[in-house]
Amino acid sequence: MNEMLTELGYTLGKIGFMLAVILGLLPAMIWAERKGAAYMQDRIGPNRASIGGIFRMGGLVHPIADVLKLVFKEDIVPAGVNRFFYHLAPFLVMVIALTTFAVIPFGDALYLGDKVIKLQVADLNVGVLYILAMTSLSVYGIVLAGWASNNKYSFLGGIRATSQMISYELNMGLAVMSLILATGTVRMDEMVQFQGHLLFGFLPAWGVVVQPLGFILFLVALFAETNRNPFDLPEGESELVSGYHTEYSSLKFALFFMAEYANMIVGAAIVSTLFFGGWQVPWLSTDLLRAHAGPLLTGSAIGATVLSFVFTAATWRHYERFRGRLGDRRELEPLILGILFFALGLATLGYVVFQKPWTIDSAMAAHFATVAQIGSFLLKTVFFAWLFIWVRWTLPRFRYDQLMRLGWTTMLPLALLNFFVTAGVVLLVNS
Amino acid sequence: MAYSVHGPKAVSGGAGARLRRGEAFYLVEIVRGMAITMRHLLYNMFHSSTMPTLEYPDERPEHGPWLRGRHRLMKREDGSPRCVACQMCATICPADCISILAQDDDRPDVEKSPESFEINLLRCVYCGMCVEACPCDAIRMDTGIFELAADSREAFIVDREFLLNNTTDGVNR
Ligand code: SF4
Ligand code: SF4
Repeated sequence: MNEMLTELGYTLGKIGFMLAVILGLLPAMIWAERKGAAYMQDRIGPNRASIGGIFRMGGLVHPIADVLKLVFKEDIVPAGVNRFFYHLAPFLVMVIALTTFAVIPFGDALYLGDKVIKLQVADLNVGVLYILAMTSLSVYGIVLAGWASNNKYSFLGGIRATSQMISYELNMGLAVMSLILATGTVRMDEMVQFQGHLLFGFLPAWGVVVQPLGFILFLVALFAETNRNPFDLPEGESELVSGYHTEYSSLKFALFFMAEYANMIVGAAIVSTLFFGGWQVPWLSTDLLRAHAGPLLTGSAIGATVLSFVFTAATWRHYERFRGRLGDRRELEPLILGILFFALGLATLGYVVFQKPWTIDSAMAAHFATVAQIGSFLLKTVFFAWLFIWVRWTLPRFRYDQLMRLGWTTMLPLALLNFFVTAGVVLLVNS
Repeated sequence: MAYSVHGPKAVSGGAGARLRRGEAFYLVEIVRGMAITMRHLLYNMFHSSTMPTLEYPDERPEHGPWLRGRHRLMKREDGSPRCVACQMCATICPADCISILAQDDDRPDVEKSPESFEINLLRCVYCGMCVEACPCDAIRMDTGIFELAADSREAFIVDREFLLNNTTDGVNR
């Protein structure tokens, strides 16, 4: 009984961690989207909202303002909608996006005393298949939203989402099949373990190295599945007003909006897990990380110190340069941030000098390894999440026939070719 | 070159479109495009103060003396309005937004003066005709104020005192 309760506690803790990661990344993603887009287009981007008239954080406050605005808006339900499905759809989209995260491992097993905790919410033996199933389920929310809205444009958006999903799910499945052939497992944790090996003694056996073509196909299919530019036809506002969420307002629209970003984060996590080694730190296996935890920790602490002081200098310079330009409390922001960075630098410096991190014991070393791995996983995820944004502000949207042509006549043959070649190679190597 | 709009080869999409070999393999072009956007992003991150955007309420735009901003009524040396209530401006105003009530003036050299002088700024089209029409340079539009904001429609109907107190430095009162 007690055993079960602690087990439940750990699982809840892991779920909490995952939720915190996604929900914490959400506003950051929205911020990166707006600010990144602005800078790519030589604009300044959001910078007006502030906390206490001082902190603008380069626009990081804006997502909060956005959400607050959406929460307090009137929730309009148009006449003639199918009420049940209309209300269900946004929740479906969000829930499915979040549940996909369950099978993604975010670190090697953690040892607490004599207990082994797998850093993965659900250790399913069909991990990859679960991901495929969930990503194709996610289109249901969109289709239901489109159909239940009783609006031609929404409906067209829903239909587009369906056919797009069918066309690209095939390629995604085939790409993943090739990866399964290459790694010989469908369990997510084993897949990540496999990617910890070195090929020819120097190359990490990441999925992208083993399956370069598979990676490209998977990535393109993922863009199509998450309905992101250049495949965001279901909401193509130039012809469909706003596509499947035209009729949604207030919190329900916010849910769709956030689900898009949650989907991106989840997609990024999937790509980094399947093709970029998941939580593996390149060239440093768990054992190596634990063995060299002391020097590594010292190195990162010194790095953090240097970085903090660099930031201090940068914010001070900014403060000096722009003093008197705005003429109100906003000018204090770089000063206060600079003081915070300086304090942070002093703290890490003190840590290095007084705690002597190169002498940590083996229990702490294990924790250090776990933290480093989670950090590696998050870093990769954030990079791929950024890739979604980067591509969106670079490419124009496909036309619908181009999308279908690309999916069926270019990607499908390539995916099949990749699959058969991989199968042949695996057969050769194994026999 | 590769993106020229003219010429038979440079067509985007379409059934008969012909792309060069490198362009047909779309990925290379995508990566090149992403390099361009990233270059802009990185440049702007470290040169954000050189961006052409004007941070409007904090930074004011510069404008020449020819800008037709909010009107002001000029004063005589003793502080009374120069206006002689001749109604020229009210007559020529295409928006019909000036209303003047004339009064007899006791001073020997002044025949009439405006008892009230109202301009409905919401109806005004800022054409400057009133300034051109005025025979004694009593109305000008050189305050440099180009913003219009108020809580009610009535607040946009500005009176004689308001117009007399407008200044040229772009600040009202
Ligand atoms: S600027 Fe034109 S519209 Fe405005 S008050 Fe003068 S004449 Fe009338
Ligand atoms: S034209 Fe000049 S003098 Fe005549 S009423 Fe208008 S402002 Fe006064």
